[in-house]
Amino acid sequence: MVTPSPQPTARAADAAGSPTIIQAHDLSISYGTAPAIRNLSLEISENRITSIIGPSGCGKSTLIRAFNRMNDFIPNVRMEGVIEYRGANLYGPGVDPVDVRLRIGMVFQKPNPFPKSIFKNVSWGPSINGHRSDVDGLVEESLRRAALWDEVKDRLRDSALGLSGGQQQRLCIARALAMQPDVILMDEPCSALDPVSTSRIEDLLFELKKQYTIVIVTHNMQQAARVSDFTAFLDAGKLIEFGDTETLFTRPKEKRTGDYVMGRFG
Amino acid sequence: MAHPAKAGALGARRRRAALFVATCRLFTWLAVVLLGVLILHVTREGIGWLDGGFLSSYPSRFAEKAGIKSALFGTLWLTSLTALFSIPVGVAAAIYLEEFGGRGKLSAFIDINIANLAGVPSIVYGILGLAIFVRWFSLQRSVLAGALTMSLLILPVIIMSSREAIRAVPHSIRQAALALGATPWQTVRYHVLPAALPGILTGLILALSRAIGETAPLIMIGALTYVAFVPSGPMDAFTALPIQIFNWASRPQAEFHQLAAAGIVVLLAVLLIMNAAAIIIRHRSQRDRAW
Amino acid sequence: MCALLSIATTIGIIAVLASETYSFFKHIPLFEFLFGTRWTPLLEPKSFGVLPLINGTFLVVVGAALVAIPVGLTAAIYLSEYAPDRVRSILKPTLEVLAGIPTVVYGYFALTFVTPLLQLIIPSTQVFNAASASVVVGIMILPMVASLCDDALRAVPHSLRQGAYALGATSFETTTRVVVPAALSGVMASFVLAVSRAMGETMAVTLAAGASPKMTLNVLESIQTMTAYIVQISLGDTPAGTIEYQTIFTVGSLLFAITLVMNVIANRVLRRFREVYE
Repeated sequence: MVTPSPQPTARAADAAGSPTIIQAHDLSISYGTAPAIRNLSLEISENRITSIIGPSGCGKSTLIRAFNRMNDFIPNVRMEGVIEYRGANLYGPGVDPVDVRLRIGMVFQKPNPFPKSIFKNVSWGPSINGHRSDVDGLVEESLRRAALWDEVKDRLRDSALGLSGGQQQRLCIARALAMQPDVILMDEPCSALDPVSTSRIEDLLFELKKQYTIVIVTHNMQQAARVSDFTAFLDAGKLIEFGDTETLFTRPKEKRTGDYVMGRFG
Repeated sequence: MAHPAKAGALGARRRRAALFVATCRLFTWLAVVLLGVLILHVTREGIGWLDGGFLSSYPSRFAEKAGIKSALFGTLWLTSLTALFSIPVGVAAAIYLEEFGGRGKLSAFIDINIANLAGVPSIVYGILGLAIFVRWFSLQRSVLAGALTMSLLILPVIIMSSREAIRAVPHSIRQAALALGATPWQTVRYHVLPAALPGILTGLILALSRAIGETAPLIMIGALTYVAFVPSGPMDAFTALPIQIFNWASRPQAEFHQLAAAGIVVLLAVLLIMNAAAIIIRHRSQRDRAW
Repeated sequence: MCALLSIATTIGIIAVLASETYSFFKHIPLFEFLFGTRWTPLLEPKSFGVLPLINGTFLVVVGAALVAIPVGLTAAIYLSEYAPDRVRSILKPTLEVLAGIPTVVYGYFALTFVTPLLQLIIPSTQVFNAASASVVVGIMILPMVASLCDDALRAVPHSLRQGAYALGATSFETTTRVVVPAALSGVMASFVLAVSRAMGETMAVTLAAGASPKMTLNVLESIQTMTAYIVQISLGDTPAGTIEYQTIFTVGSLLFAITLVMNVIANRVLRRFREVYE
């Protein structure tokens, strides 16, 4: 008889019954001999915001980078387990990582716009994919969705590096949106920004989730509580608890979760 | 709105990416291949002429009797004198500029100046040497004039590489020494300099090996191309390895070309030893390094 | 005091070149020098138009750039973006060795290997020709291009590459359309520095390219560069004070001026490039 895994399997207990778009089964990732993720299983629901929280070094970034195969760039990284996207194995033979990243986009911790014009930053992704028709329209729509259009519509040809930190990050969001992904991964997108920019981006997320699925890594628990529908709490590479955000924060099942959200450690 | 990613284009993009990497790799290994061809060609041509007699004879009109003794000794004299002048001046200048120089306009100007001097063609240094050392100082076409000219040539390189080595020493070491009450000069002498020494040495060896291979400035100051004696003092006329090679290579007869190849083998051997020494020093020091 | 020596050297170079050049121009009008097309200072009737020498230098330098820039840049791209560490540790020292080979050796190589090879392919190639010299000078400056471009490419922060990959770009697209454009000023500066080095190259062109100053675009003929001319004069018997002696300094001034301008511009661009990425 197989004993059930001691790790909690995360279930999307959503009243609206949102389907699962990304699913991790028994995922283990290590860098050389150092384990970063251990036997983790998780389901991300479509058109919801899922946040991943936990103390430094708990593996949040590793996890999120596994979803769009950015870990492929790190030498001697080893992975066991399966990650499925809409039922298909992300790491299956014959799956092109480039293809994965067309559907699962990413926004990084520190804004990293290209040293090109604002317009070119947004249009770059589509243009290398051979997208020729109505580039202007695509750029405008992406910038509108990122709540940046009004601020830059008169200076689209200016260098993106002249924007403020918050604006640059919204530009990076617009850039990711231009690819029309299904999922947007965000790795601590506000940690380098001031509170005003942070709250603007958080407002943005509520709008975005109507069309996209968002997975956000954050070390700011208030942000997770404000913004996300579901929260996963990681510690030392293991998934300690996963569930509806309000429940996890007010009536957590695990003691460790409770300790973390009360600020007793991390 | 149409999805920005065209479905079929991915395959073409992937192929293009693979082709690109392959081309880059090809071109890069081309450099290695070229080096191999060069060395093989030279060795094959010259190896027949390389024997004890070659090393101990003077050049002659007859290819069989010709040797590079005078050139070898000339290079030896030249390099020693060059080292004598350039090393103290260069290292001292580097120390001064790094440790005691300010950050003001003057020092920035000096920096730019040195960088520009490093890029001046070697033949211009030869012209300078001709006018100043040979004529103005009346040193005629002596080893001394050659050494002084070469020193000027490699001085910018020595200064720049020594400064890099000194700069690489972490500030924490200086701070620790100063906090114990050492004067700036003592800090340099007992802490910074020893720490920077391997880097400085490597730079010196590379600069000197550059000097050994230079021909143009020596021609300008009048190093002779047919010398049948060994210099016995700094004021003597001289020849050098690269000059002798040049002389032989410019002759139309095939035997002399082969002699030139033999000379090149000797020259490359000398440079190889020097560079190997530099690499060993760099390796050793990095192994022992605490940072 | 030791540091001021560097300033003294610069002043020395300028002073020396300027004084003799000045005497030269007392006899020969500047216009004729700069725009004349016959250079025969040693033969009667004497003519002092420097364009043939510039022509010769130009042919060699352009040819060298055609060799060194594509190979050097792609090698730098491979080294900084693709090569595994093991491979890099073999290739970088190889490039350094190539850079350390004395120029006479390259001249010899041009004369005894490249020229015969060219003559096999194109029988009308002369024994002394610009093409062989171009090829070896190109090989000579290749390590410089590769090394400087490699530095420039590595200065581009990884976050830019990551941003591009996250948008679903291939490595080719990321490298050519994000990394290289971001490093462009550094890359261009390295080209200029390499070309300036090629201009000052002496021994290889003296051995391989010939001593016939002429106006031509045929790289298979023998020509003479500015540097080779200076060598030729010095090997001969030219007493001080004669106009032939002064041509050394005049042509030297021209060479110095051109390379100085190129170096100053390139270094300034390089400095600003480094400031952006540090």
